[in-house]
Amino acid sequence: MQTNQLFLIFCSVLLLLGLAAFFVGRSKATRVRAAGTAMYAQPDQYAWFAVVATAGPAILVSALGAFVMLLLGTEIPTFSLLLVSLVVAVVGFALGMTMIRSNFHARRAIERVIRWVLAGAATISILTTLGILISIVGEALNFFQMHSFWDFITGTTWAPGNSFLMAAGRGDGASGGAEFGSIPLFAGTFMITAIAMAVAVPVGLLSAIYMGEYAPDRIRSIAKPMLEVLAGIPTVVYGFFAAITVAPFIVQVTDAIGLDASFNNALAPGIVMGIMIIPFISSLSDDVINAVPDSMRQGSLALGMTKGETIRDVVVPAALPGIISASLLGMSRALGETMIVVMAAGMRPNLTVNPLEEMTTVTVRIVAAMTGDLEFESAETLSAFALGLVLFVVTLSLNLVSVIMIRRFREKYRVNNL
Amino acid sequence: MSDSFDQISQQLKSRHRKSSRLKYFSMGALALAAAFLLVFFADMLIKGLPAFQQAMINVEINYTEDAAKSGRAAVDRDFSSVISRSVVRTIPLEMRNDPSLLGTTQQRWVLASGEVDQYLKGNRVRLDDEEKEIIDHLVESGKVEMQFNAGFFSRGDSKMPELAGIMSAVVGTVMTMIVTLAIAFPIGVMTAIYLEEFAPDNRLTQLIEININNLAAIPSILFGLLGLAIFINFFGVPRSTPLVGGMTLALMTLPVIIISTRTALRSVPESIRHAAFGVGCSRWQVVKDHVLPLAMPGIMTGSIIGLAQAMGETAPLIIVGMVAFIPDVTASFTDAATVMPAQVFTWSGEPDRAFVEKTAGGILVLLAVLISLNASAVLLRKKFERRW
Repeated sequence: MQTNQLFLIFCSVLLLLGLAAFFVGRSKATRVRAAGTAMYAQPDQYAWFAVVATAGPAILVSALGAFVMLLLGTEIPTFSLLLVSLVVAVVGFALGMTMIRSNFHARRAIERVIRWVLAGAATISILTTLGILISIVGEALNFFQMHSFWDFITGTTWAPGNSFLMAAGRGDGASGGAEFGSIPLFAGTFMITAIAMAVAVPVGLLSAIYMGEYAPDRIRSIAKPMLEVLAGIPTVVYGFFAAITVAPFIVQVTDAIGLDASFNNALAPGIVMGIMIIPFISSLSDDVINAVPDSMRQGSLALGMTKGETIRDVVVPAALPGIISASLLGMSRALGETMIVVMAAGMRPNLTVNPLEEMTTVTVRIVAAMTGDLEFESAETLSAFALGLVLFVVTLSLNLVSVIMIRRFREKYRVNNL
Repeated sequence: MSDSFDQISQQLKSRHRKSSRLKYFSMGALALAAAFLLVFFADMLIKGLPAFQQAMINVEINYTEDAAKSGRAAVDRDFSSVISRSVVRTIPLEMRNDPSLLGTTQQRWVLASGEVDQYLKGNRVRLDDEEKEIIDHLVESGKVEMQFNAGFFSRGDSKMPELAGIMSAVVGTVMTMIVTLAIAFPIGVMTAIYLEEFAPDNRLTQLIEININNLAAIPSILFGLLGLAIFINFFGVPRSTPLVGGMTLALMTLPVIIISTRTALRSVPESIRHAAFGVGCSRWQVVKDHVLPLAMPGIMTGSIIGLAQAMGETAPLIIVGMVAFIPDVTASFTDAATVMPAQVFTWSGEPDRAFVEKTAGGILVLLAVLISLNASAVLLRKKFERRW
C-alpha cells in the first residue's frame, strides 16, 4: 500500500477516534452531573480533554517516529509506526474516559496542554534562526575545507569558473584554477549600498522632517500611504525598472557629457535601491521625530530660535539615535537586497571605485551559484553558503546595533510605541 | 547701539531665510519621492499596457490532405510567414481529432506572430520590407486587427511571446500562498498569544522576542538558503514546488504576523481581561472568547500585509528552484510551479524584445493584486478600528 494512502487511513481513523472521544466523553460527563455530583468543569471541557488525551499522544508518537527516521536514518516501517500510534490513541482514549470524574480538573489540564502547544509554536521562530545558522554554517564549513578561509577573506579574484572540473575529479592541484577571493564582491556590494544610502538617507530623513514638523494633516494623510506604496512594490519590479529604464537613461546622460558607462553600471541599481529604502527610513524617522517631547521644541522656540534652527539643533540631535537606527536597518536591507542587483547589476566581479562600471555583489553571486546546473557539493555552490554566512553576520550585527540604539532612545524619552 | 540693532535684524532676516530653506528642502524631498512614484507607474503603464493587446489575423484555413501532414499547407503562402507558428502547428492535430474537417475551409481570427504584433505596435522588428508590405496591405484590407489579449490571462508560459500568458504563474502563486498562510497564520498567531498572554518574563521569552525582531530583518535570500539546505536536502521536500516555496515564504512571513498580532493583542484594554477573569474564566478562555475576537481585525490586517509581502518575494524562491518554465497550469502541491514575480523575472531575461512588454504586463497584474490586497487591509483597519 502507498504511504499516502496509509497516512490518509491513519488520519481518518484518528479523526473518528477523536470524534468518538468527544461525544462519549461529553455524554459520560453529562451523566455524572445529571446524577447530582458537583464537577470541577463543564461537560464540554471533559469532552475536549478526552479528545486531547486520545489524539495528542498518538500524534506525538508518530511525529517522533518520523523524526527519528529522518535524523538517525533508522528504517521504521511506516505501517508499524502508524499502527503503534493508533494503539497509543486507543490507550489514550481509555485513559481519558477513566479520567472523567467529578474530582478531576479537566479545564486546568486543557489549559496546561494549550500552554505547551503555544510555547511550542513560539519556539519555531528560534528553530528558524537555528535552521538558517546550521544550514549556512554547515555548508560554509564544507566550503572552507576546500578553500582556505584566509584566501576567501583577502583574495581579490573571484573566478569559480574551473570548480566544476574539480567536482568532476579532473582538477589539477589543490586550487584547481578556481579562485574564491571575495573582496571584489564585497566592494561591489558596499559601492551599491553606499549609492543607495546616499539617495535614501537625505530623501527619507527630509521627508520625515517635513511630515513631522511642517506638513498640514491633509498632506500627511496622502504622503504616508504614498510612501507605503513605495515600500509595497516587489523588488523584482524595481529590478526590472532599474534594468530597463534607469540604466539606459544613465548611459544616455553619461554619453551626453562624454563619459563611458556600462549598461550594467552600479549607479542604476544603487539609485533604485535607494528609492526602495526611502520608506523604511522615513517611516521610522517620522515615528522618532514625533516621539521627541514637545517641551524641547517649546523651550527652543522660547529662546528665540527659528523653526529651522529648532529642527536642526534640537529635534534632529534628540532623535539621532532613532535616525541612525533607521539608517542601519535600511543599510542591512540594501546589503541583502537581491533582485534589483541580479537584474540590473553585472555578473562580472570587478574591483573598482567607478560607479559607472559594471560590478557584481554578494547576492548576485549567491543566485548565480544556485541557479547554475552544478552539483550541490561543488565548490561554487558551496561558496554561496560562505557568502551567505558573511551576509548573515553583517546584517545580524547591523540589526543588533540598530535595536540597541532605538532602545536607548526609548529609555531616554520614555516612549513605549517604538 | 543702532549699529548692532541693524546688524541683528539683518542676521535675523538671514536666519529666517535659512529656516524657510529647510522647509522647502524637506518639501522637495517628499516631492522627489512622489515624482519617482509617478514616473515609475507611468513607465510601467506605457511599457505594460500594450501587452493586453494582441494582433490577430483573419485567415482562410484549408483543411486539405497536405495540411494533415504539415500545417503550413493549410494557409496561403503570404499568410504563413505572418501568423504565429503555433497556429500552423496545431492544424494537423486538429484534423486528427476531427476527421470530418478534411476538405472544408474555415475563415477565422488567429494569432499573428510576435514580430508582426511588435511591428503593429510600432516597435523595431526584424521583418524585411517585403513582409512589412504584406502586413501593411493586410491592415488596409481589415484582415489584421488589434484585439484584447485574453490569452495573456488564460495561457501559461511559452517561448513564443504571442502565446505567453500568466495563468500558470497566477495558479502557482495562489497555491504557494495557501501553503504559506496555512503554516504562518496559525503558528504566528499562537506565538503572539503565547508571548503576549502566557509567557513569563524570563530569559527565554526575551530571547524569543529579540529573535523574532531579528528574523524580520534577515535578508530574504538567506531564507532561500535555509529552504534549500533544510527542506529540500534534509527533509526531501520536492524542489520547485508550491509546497517548498510556501514553507520557505511562511518562515519569512512569520515575524510580520507575530509582530502585528502582538500589537493587536496589546491594544485590547486590560479591563476586558480583568472582567473576564472576574467572572471566573481561565486564561485560555479569556484569550479565546474575549481578547482574540477583539484583536481579530488587527490580526487580519497584519496577515494580509504579510501575505502581500510574501507574494512579491522572488529571491528565496529562486534558490529553491521556483523559477521554472511552466507552460501548463500546475495541478498539485508537489508539482513544479512558478509564481508571478518569478514569471516576471524569467520573462525579463528573455532576449526577445516582445517579452519586455510581457514582463511589464505581468508587473501590472502583480501590482494590481498587491495594491488591492494592501488597500483591503487598510479598509479593514479603518472599518473595524476601535479606540478604547
